[in-house]
Amino acid sequence: MGKPVIQITNLMKTYKLGGETLHALNNVSIEIEKGEFLAIIGPSGSGKSTLMNMIGCLDRPESGKYLLDGKDIGRMNDNQLATIRNQKIGFIFQNFNLLAKLSAIENVELPMLYSGVSAKERRERALEGLSKVGLKERSGHLPSQLSGGQQQRVAIARALAGNPAILLADEPTGALDSKTSKEILQMMKQLNELGHTIILITHDLEIAKQAKRMVTIQDGQLQENRGVLIGHSTIF
Amino acid sequence: MGILQSFKIALKSLKGNKLRSALTMLGMIIGVSSVIVLVSIAQGSAKNVTSQINQLGTNLLTINTFGTDLSLTEDKISKLSELSGVKAVSPVVSGRVNVKKDRTTAQVTLTGTNAAYSSVRDTKVSAGRFITDLDIEYRQKIAVIGTETASTFFGAQNPVGQYIQIEGTSYKVVGVLVSKGSSLGQSGDNVIIAPLSTAQRLVGSTTINQVYLQGKSEDQMDSVKSEVEMKLASLYPNKSDSYSVTNQQDIMDTMSSVSDTMTMMLGGIASISLLVGGIGIMNIMLVSVSERTREIGIRKAIGAKRRDVLLQFLIEAVVLSGVGGIIGIFAGLGLGKIISSLLSLAVSFSSSVMLLSFLFSLVVGVVFGVFPANKASKLNPIQALRYE
Repeated sequence: MGKPVIQITNLMKTYKLGGETLHALNNVSIEIEKGEFLAIIGPSGSGKSTLMNMIGCLDRPESGKYLLDGKDIGRMNDNQLATIRNQKIGFIFQNFNLLAKLSAIENVELPMLYSGVSAKERRERALEGLSKVGLKERSGHLPSQLSGGQQQRVAIARALAGNPAILLADEPTGALDSKTSKEILQMMKQLNELGHTIILITHDLEIAKQAKRMVTIQDGQLQENRGVLIGHSTIF
Repeated sequence: MGILQSFKIALKSLKGNKLRSALTMLGMIIGVSSVIVLVSIAQGSAKNVTSQINQLGTNLLTINTFGTDLSLTEDKISKLSELSGVKAVSPVVSGRVNVKKDRTTAQVTLTGTNAAYSSVRDTKVSAGRFITDLDIEYRQKIAVIGTETASTFFGAQNPVGQYIQIEGTSYKVVGVLVSKGSSLGQSGDNVIIAPLSTAQRLVGSTTINQVYLQGKSEDQMDSVKSEVEMKLASLYPNKSDSYSVTNQQDIMDTMSSVSDTMTMMLGGIASISLLVGGIGIMNIMLVSVSERTREIGIRKAIGAKRRDVLLQFLIEAVVLSGVGGIIGIFAGLGLGKIISSLLSLAVSFSSSVMLLSFLFSLVVGVVFGVFPANKASKLNPIQALRYE
């Protein structure tokens, strides 16, 4: 495989909760290469949200190193992080997080708005993105006029809009029924085959199994499964 | 992201909350329109007073006498006209006289004066002619009457050429004055003007009560005044307590300083409502920020910088106050027009006041928008995304 797009070494993050120190991330190290389809699986409270925030550049590590595309995230200020999020990362959230008052196409345009793409190009690229996820005819609809699966597809189109280095999906099927979940997962697999790097965060083993590589996080510590299923899968 | 784009986003979100935006703007509308209405009423009444004073004549100096130990006489007064800054001198003898025509009788103010009075006091005739110097020399029994006097004695008839009885003597009416309206409590229309010489005989006194002087130019009035005072001091030594010389400009200055203070006060009171409107904007923006925490979180997660979020909310506040200001200007103009026609108040709109109150409303928008916008821009995206 190619060179790693994400290099995380000895990442630490602690929270203070009522006098107790909680190690949300404890010495986490991982390398993710370009074109990978990685699932991070862990129960709630395991630190997977913290890890997602960290990978998504929403948060800065306390200690340790995070290199994204060779750039040291720990040393960046808020504005630089915003630019990185805008250009390198495509977020797919559990509850879609579309702006309710904007139409589907306007939602897809949003990341390009902040990166300063001209209005005409924005519209063209957003329309292209929407047709990729099969929603070209629905471009003028508001999120409330779309089904859950359609909303998530709009969110995927938005995530892809800036042509990011990685797609970061946080429980992308958590709010969907099983049939739609399968469709969304299928779409992510296709995107992976097209060369997109995808990081999937979930607590559902069945979904994690769809990925090519799986890591487990528990109590802030990461374990590589290398595709081998762990025995006590019932805890998830 | 460009300013234009921020504008579009701000307008869009204001449109999405029409009622709230309108109510918030109402504060600014009331503020701006009340500033405009109150200031224009104050300025209108100031203009009114100024024009009333100007009706008394321009570049006017008045010599008033009090007490009996000083009697101004015509020959001494005429020396004042030799002064360099004086354009015309008009001595006045006045008194109340009984006037009769057929069965109508009335008491009217009689003013005996010379031909210069017409220009000095800005008194023109609408029909006939004014007094001439020849009338004084020949002690002509003629009179120029005010419009009110004319309608009292002649009704709708043309008085010129007809006769009236003043203190039992028949006088020929040669002219009717242009209506002046009442100014400063005096009716300017119920008067009779007669030649000085005849009037002195009518009131039974040769003493001149008042002298009006017209200066040559407005900016010299102060020096003309001291010139006149010096001349009078030499003509009537040791009598300086018995007369006074007043410059009309002084009265005007006092009046305008009074009306300026009034304008400032009214404008000040009205701008308090602008301030209150601004606080309303801040309130709504704060509510809006906490309501849209999740939106801010999403925007930040997909790459909005602090500056982008700050601008978005700041522009919303400025658009609220600015649009409110513009509507307020038109509301103020309309209200002013209505008030002036309903209450027959003089209203004077000034574009500088409109511009100033509009700019003030923009400044209020910026000042009161900065705090909520800054709060929005500082939100942590992780917490904002988790916000329900």
